[in-house]
Amino acid sequence: MSDVAIRIRGLGKRYVIGAREEQHDTLRDRIAAAATRPFRRLAPGGFAESTTIWALKDITHEIHRGDVVGVVGGNGAGKSTLLKILSRITTPTEGEADIYGRVGSLLEVGTGFHPDLTGRENLFLNGAILGMRKAEIERKFAEIVRFAEIEEFIDTPVKHYSSGMYVRLGFAVAAHMEPEILIVDEVLAVGDVHFQRKCLGKLDDVARSGRTVLFVSHNMAAIQRLCTSAMLLHHGKLVRAGDVRSIIAAYLGGEARGGFVASARSGDAQILSADLEDVAGRPLDNPACTEPIVCRMRFTLPHRSPGTKIGIGVLSCDGIPVFTTNTSDAGLQCPSGPGEFDARVTIPPNTLLAGDFHLALCLWNSGAILDLHEPALSFSVDTGASLLYAENARRKGYVHVDCRWSVTHVDVAAGMPT
Amino acid sequence: MSVSSSLPVTHIRPGARAVSFTLNEVWQARELLYFLVWRDVKVRYKQTVLGIGWSVLQPFLAMVVFTIFFGRLAKMPSDGVPYPLFSLAALVPWTYFAAAALNGSTSLVGNQHLLAKVYFPRVLVPLAAVLMPAVDLAVSFTMLLVLMAWYHVMPTAAVLLLPLYVALGVSAAFAVTLWTSGLSVRYRDARYVLPFIIQIWLFVTPVAYPASLVPERWRLLYALNPMASVVEGFRSALLGTAGPGSMVVVAVVVVVAAVASGATYFRSVEGSIVDLA
Repeated sequence: MSDVAIRIRGLGKRYVIGAREEQHDTLRDRIAAAATRPFRRLAPGGFAESTTIWALKDITHEIHRGDVVGVVGGNGAGKSTLLKILSRITTPTEGEADIYGRVGSLLEVGTGFHPDLTGRENLFLNGAILGMRKAEIERKFAEIVRFAEIEEFIDTPVKHYSSGMYVRLGFAVAAHMEPEILIVDEVLAVGDVHFQRKCLGKLDDVARSGRTVLFVSHNMAAIQRLCTSAMLLHHGKLVRAGDVRSIIAAYLGGEARGGFVASARSGDAQILSADLEDVAGRPLDNPACTEPIVCRMRFTLPHRSPGTKIGIGVLSCDGIPVFTTNTSDAGLQCPSGPGEFDARVTIPPNTLLAGDFHLALCLWNSGAILDLHEPALSFSVDTGASLLYAENARRKGYVHVDCRWSVTHVDVAAGMPT
Repeated sequence: MSVSSSLPVTHIRPGARAVSFTLNEVWQARELLYFLVWRDVKVRYKQTVLGIGWSVLQPFLAMVVFTIFFGRLAKMPSDGVPYPLFSLAALVPWTYFAAAALNGSTSLVGNQHLLAKVYFPRVLVPLAAVLMPAVDLAVSFTMLLVLMAWYHVMPTAAVLLLPLYVALGVSAAFAVTLWTSGLSVRYRDARYVLPFIIQIWLFVTPVAYPASLVPERWRLLYALNPMASVVEGFRSALLGTAGPGSMVVVAVVVVVAAVASGATYFRSVEGSIVDLA
């Protein structure tokens, strides 16, 4: 396991933005630039530093064989640039990287798909583009088509595909690559929930088969579930690398150990910790639909502050608020303080459908937010033995609503319900 | 005993040299090359009325025009071969060359999206773009054979040299493409310049007239255009005309030098293709 799969030393990538010196879109520009260059050197200031940006700077890291590494960071943190360099799509400006083993990279689903070609034709084309052998594609053909669930449309041009079918075919091809090292960019943000879970399951298999995976995602639940370690990038720099929970916590702005723990005591009103547990108070990592989920939050009010409220928001894996709930919904008055308090909220069983969720925490008083963590922790709900999944393995949406139904027979002749 | 000793190692370094292709790498990716050509062939005549007929129509119409204006009106000599056959035997390889060079020059820009998302030896893109029109060449070549039968012209033993001339023509187109595809990523001017150059090139190539029209003392200079040898070669191989003779030697040297320098240039820019376009 100590074998190195990817060794990165001092990697950096500089982009020149809007600088005349480096961009010659026409020959005339080039000639004009060449003619004036000797004089420009004499001009004060010379090459303007402000016209370049380092998308990536001083990245040094080692990834071992069999590691599943999550790369997290905000927009513009350099995640995609890092993947592009490691995939050899672009060259670094400085530093170096050595990669031991064949690399398969999936930076986009359905790269090279041609709208006029059929699913079958695109499958072969896409497979070849991703570096698969023709014989290999032929061998896995049936399996790929089955995974993509497009059997009946395999000979239809993909321009007639729905976006979901298109994405499924694209991912299915990529999922059947067998490189030693797999590089995956945010590709799971597409497709329906059912297929996203299927993709994650496939990535899980890849990870378990001992291959090295580098995985960029904004879906913290997916990172938490799949990865054995993580890297946090910020403004092109590697801020931190190591165990997944602490990286996610650092990225989301907290320190998670089992749940959520505030990074420091501010001395003001704040949420100190939050954990998920079952009704008996045991820690709950992977609740089933059928279980009640209890969220226990500890908060502190250093001063007397009547009217304080605490609430949670459940967000879907892609950050969409599913519902929020707070103490005043239940007609509850929080203690006015000062002191430390435990709040417990129980999400009833058969409420959340299977899927990945985030939990946001908020403490506020008459419209002023005292403390907000969005999201504070992430969790997955499993189908368990839920009857909700007995008929249909892929329910859409995020929650189950216990609706009342009735079906009556209509006597058509009489025009009256009987 | 380390597992990694048996695995391929990729070294990523700054500068263009890092992504430079090797012949071995291109050979490894030959199936992808096949698929890229196959894709372009498949897509090319989708949603066209004439379909593959286009590859016949283009040289055929050119032959008709050439026959009327150069053959009939200008009384151009044609080495003792009926003029329509004389011009078509040259138009078939020329049409290929012009199509391949133009297609190849825009290939990198046209496949930008693909290049930005996945790595494979970049040189496959211009290579595939040059090989794709060879399908049209095969079709229009069949038309040439039909016309030969019509005029009762039988090829001589010289026909065995035909593959050499085909290879020379493809290599010449590839050399042009190596230069122009790389240049057009950086300088979009290239796409306006090349059609013009191809037009001029047609006139310095013995398509409408025989190479024997060029005075002997200029012949060496004339031979610097490898397409002159390709076109004359096609005629001699199929129609039994005098042929390019020693011009071929010059042509081979020129093409080898152009491919070698083109490959060097291509290597120097392939690393920045994605960043520039």
